[in-house]
Amino acid sequence: MSLVDLANPTRFLALAGRLIPWLAGLTLALFAIGLALVTRSPADYLQGETVRIMYIHVPAAWLSMLTYGIMAVSALGTLVWRHPLADVAARAAAPIGATFTALALVTGSLWGRPMWGTYWEWDARLTSVLVLFIMYLGLIALWRTIEDPTRGARAAAILILVGTVNLPIIKFSVDWWNTLHQPASVFRIDGPTIDTAMLLPLAVMAFAFTALLATLHLAAMRNEILRRRIRALGLTAAGAAR
Amino acid sequence: MIAALGPYAGFILLSYGAAAVAALGLTLWVVLDHRRLQNTLAALEARGLTRRSARSAARLAPETPQETPT
Repeated sequence: MSLVDLANPTRFLALAGRLIPWLAGLTLALFAIGLALVTRSPADYLQGETVRIMYIHVPAAWLSMLTYGIMAVSALGTLVWRHPLADVAARAAAPIGATFTALALVTGSLWGRPMWGTYWEWDARLTSVLVLFIMYLGLIALWRTIEDPTRGARAAAILILVGTVNLPIIKFSVDWWNTLHQPASVFRIDGPTIDTAMLLPLAVMAFAFTALLATLHLAAMRNEILRRRIRALGLTAAGAAR
Repeated sequence: MIAALGPYAGFILLSYGAAAVAALGLTLWVVLDHRRLQNTLAALEARGLTRRSARSAARLAPETPQETPT
């Protein structure tokens, strides 16, 4: 099945219906393995047991950016290729991305209080992630404000693409500015600086969160297609009643 | 077990609690939304409202060869 075939919402619904149960099972299995590894992982020599918050905070932060990346590709799909499912994909991803970003902010604050002595600091990394969260909320509000999905899709796609400027700011903020947040320790040119005993549970938890994102995104896309069908039927009924 | 998490056990447990609430909340949202949308769609179709593609498919249906039971 090619990307062109998936442009047909009915074919997409059939594929999603087959994939979602398998993805949900994979998500549960990965979380079970990940949490088992987290409980067996050692305490950090500086952070102590508080390092366990990182196994949630880091994947949530990664996925907050990955989800926005998915929305950016979907925005291109809306504006350039006019793919019928592109806006569906972007709109379905927004609440999931907002939740992951909120989770990254909350768990970061809960880690920051014992480690930094503060829940919040207006430094570049924290502030740019907060901007990402506000972008998600703004996009959700925009989609809800414009009733016509086609007009809403174009406006949202433009705003999404403008917002992508924030992604490199988030990623490189710790290098460009003097921040309280530590620099990257996994995705580095010279390799990860984390010991395997901590890298393995972190990687499994990251895969578990990614599988959760895939499951939820497919399910939310399926819902969005049904919502648009209901809207179309409602308009047909209203037209016939005139 | 909680004591083994050290003096900041509350922060660790709150973090995992927040993650559980986020994951379960999103899952409940998509499941309940799907159920509600399916019910609404079924109610509309029961009123005789069908999509254009479904109507075309129905028009084409008699022309497709039927399998005869052997």
